[in-house]
Amino acid sequence: MERNPLRRQLQIMRKSLFDQGYLDEQFVQLEELQDDSNPNFVEEVVTLYYRDSARLILNIEQALERKPYNFHKLDAYMHQFKGSSSSIGAKKVKAESTLFREYCKSGNGEGCMRCFQQLKKEYATLRKKLEAYFQVARQAGPMETACRPK
Amino acid sequence: MNSSSGKTYMSTSNSSAGWKAGDAAADQFPVGLRVLVVDDDPTCLMILEKMLRTCLYEVTKCNRAETALSMLRENKSGFDVVISDVHMPDMDGFKLLEHIGLEMDLPVIMMSADDGKHVVMKGVTHGACDYLIKPVRIEALKNIWQHVVRKRKNEWKDFEQSGSVEEGDRQLKQSEEADYSSSANEGNWKSSKRRKDDEDETDDRDDTSSLKKPRVVWSVELHQQFVAAVNQLGIDKAVPKKILELMNVPGLTRENVASHLQKYRLYLRRLSGVSQHPSNLNNSFMSPQEATFGPLSSLNGLDLQTLAATGQLPAQSLVTLQAAGLGRPTGKSGIPMPLVDQRNIFSFENPKLRFGDGQQHVNNNKQMNLLHGIPTTMEPKQLAGLHHGAQSMGNMNMQVASHGSQSSQNNPLLMQMAQPQVRGQMLNDTSLGHPPRLLSPMGQPILSNGIAANVSTRNGIQENIRAPSYNPVSQTSSMLNFPMNHAAELPGNSFPLGSTPGISSLTPKVAFQEDVNSDIKGSVGFLPSYDIFNDLNQHKPQNWELQNVGMTLDASQHSNSLQGNLNHAQSVLVQQGFPSGQVNGQNRSATVVSKAMFSSGDSTGHVNVQNGNQHLNSLLVDSTVRIKSETPTILYPDDFGQEDLMSALLKQQDAIAPAEHEFDFDGYSLDNIPV
Repeated sequence: MERNPLRRQLQIMRKSLFDQGYLDEQFVQLEELQDDSNPNFVEEVVTLYYRDSARLILNIEQALERKPYNFHKLDAYMHQFKGSSSSIGAKKVKAESTLFREYCKSGNGEGCMRCFQQLKKEYATLRKKLEAYFQVARQAGPMETACRPK
Repeated sequence: MNSSSGKTYMSTSNSSAGWKAGDAAADQFPVGLRVLVVDDDPTCLMILEKMLRTCLYEVTKCNRAETALSMLRENKSGFDVVISDVHMPDMDGFKLLEHIGLEMDLPVIMMSADDGKHVVMKGVTHGACDYLIKPVRIEALKNIWQHVVRKRKNEWKDFEQSGSVEEGDRQLKQSEEADYSSSANEGNWKSSKRRKDDEDETDDRDDTSSLKKPRVVWSVELHQQFVAAVNQLGIDKAVPKKILELMNVPGLTRENVASHLQKYRLYLRRLSGVSQHPSNLNNSFMSPQEATFGPLSSLNGLDLQTLAATGQLPAQSLVTLQAAGLGRPTGKSGIPMPLVDQRNIFSFENPKLRFGDGQQHVNNNKQMNLLHGIPTTMEPKQLAGLHHGAQSMGNMNMQVASHGSQSSQNNPLLMQMAQPQVRGQMLNDTSLGHPPRLLSPMGQPILSNGIAANVSTRNGIQENIRAPSYNPVSQTSSMLNFPMNHAAELPGNSFPLGSTPGISSLTPKVAFQEDVNSDIKGSVGFLPSYDIFNDLNQHKPQNWELQNVGMTLDASQHSNSLQGNLNHAQSVLVQQGFPSGQVNGQNRSATVVSKAMFSSGDSTGHVNVQNGNQHLNSLLVDSTVRIKSETPTILYPDDFGQEDLMSALLKQQDAIAPAEHEFDFDGYSLDNIPV
């Protein structure tokens, strides 16, 4: 157990993110890429993700405002979004994306709408949690990855 | 890797990166491997870059396919491997893949969050050496160097043996290699690997002496010559050595020819599309006689393409296309399905009219020459003239351009199908006279096939595009198989190609002979082929050829649905093997296209897609093919609609299963095209 309280806190936060299914193995891949030359790599990637995916979310939202739904387009947007989300390890968000695509394929507009609302919730929740996590990480210093469980 | 000089394999230290092959580092991953990553998603791009850097590779990232292509073009030996996403906004990843394969011959790894079998299969058929599923893990990237090594090894081996390409499936070689990679390719290769064993012609190794070979740029002219030579020899007999001799280009080595031939064959194969169901294709084609174009017509170019691409191209459409265009009296079973026909297309060799119906001749007359390897770029007028008497053109109806509509004879390409005989006249008169008849009947299916239609129809008819009217036209040149959506209708009258009106200009494309000026794109050039077909249909199938040709080629552009198809077809055809798919651009400088097609008129062979059947050359193929051949270099996405056609065809080809053996173009020729 980390002696440093901040690092300990960080470890706990991290573990909870994994245990609760917000993050998956891909996030660990990112963490492993982080090194001295890129000490804030993970945070940078996540920031980039949120910035870029905001655009996709907006596109989907706008597309959902036009009836009848263009499922093909919606699916295409979501495909992109899913790819992005999966690359940072956003597990729940990815699951919602998959579900959304299923609805698109079956032409279920209602399902799409509902699913999308849920997706946005997960997306926002994850963002908050990661922001908090990174905040502590920055405070804890570069050693935070010392005891990263595999 | 010795990437720097192209094929110098083994000189590990050559590569600028100083790749240490064989030493400890090589066990894990070669240091300094120069990777180009293309992905529109910035998050993924950033992660990939970091991962690759961690693998000690030299990374260049790019978020747009166009940028990547220009980077690669500027510095052909500046990269060792390319990793590209499948879904990108500005260009489809597979198109990029094709371009790279044709122009730079670098190993390309595709990646996507999509792990559906058909997508992965697409990667395989397009020549990707691996396919990664996102999210990509660093472990997957660590081993990408194997693809570079493998490719080099193959090139080197190929170089030495230079005979291996005979099979035409040589391309598989590389793909085969890819087979071993961990990606999803596995198992897909079995089918494609066909003749890998045969290779080794061990012709004289003229070039083997120097392992180092500077990369040869296959310019349009060069490619035309190549296609002409291949056509002349016959797709089955086209051995690098002989091709080299025929081409008589100083400085060109047999190895260059061999590897180019490989690609060409692959391309043709793709054109014929649905390689997966070779039997289907053939069958379907054969039956085309029945104006089944109906279904084809529905295939708008896009559909066809898609279909073709996915190999789903209903054999029917192909068939119908064929039927339409082919009108083959002989019902060539060999008609290499639209897709498959790639070979046909290329098989101008047999310009003999695959077109059978002679109708195709229309183009043939003139075109035929074109197709046949005779680099006679038939000027539009020539085409016209040819048609009249040209029939003899036999092979290259391509130039149907004379088809009235064609104006620029773009169509000829398609038409070129060797139908010299019969069609000759047709094309001239009818085609010309008829405005863009989008040979829809045939065209449609053809187009849809992506060009396969062209191809397919070509198979027998070589007419490729004639499709639409094939029914009626099929007699003539049925080759038109243009995917023209309209295809089905053609009963000989102005091709119902649906939008034929646009086609009038089909010829532009077809005009390859002349170099189709830029129209080829389908809008005018190819689609015009429709016109031609229409005309032809009315008159005689012969017109088809041109029409189809044009249509298919340009078709892509034209509003006609055919166009869409044609484009694909054209692109496919044009591509001849170069999946550049660009053809669709229709706008492709028609010249390019035309060139490809025409590769000199006689090279109708372009279309000959290696299929032994070569009959594909039937106009459709020819023209399209021509385009392709001409512009091998041009394939760049921007231009040819034909490329698209070609690619489409190629795709189809895949689906269709290399009709190489199947196509027996002889009978196919345009005769079927009911003009």
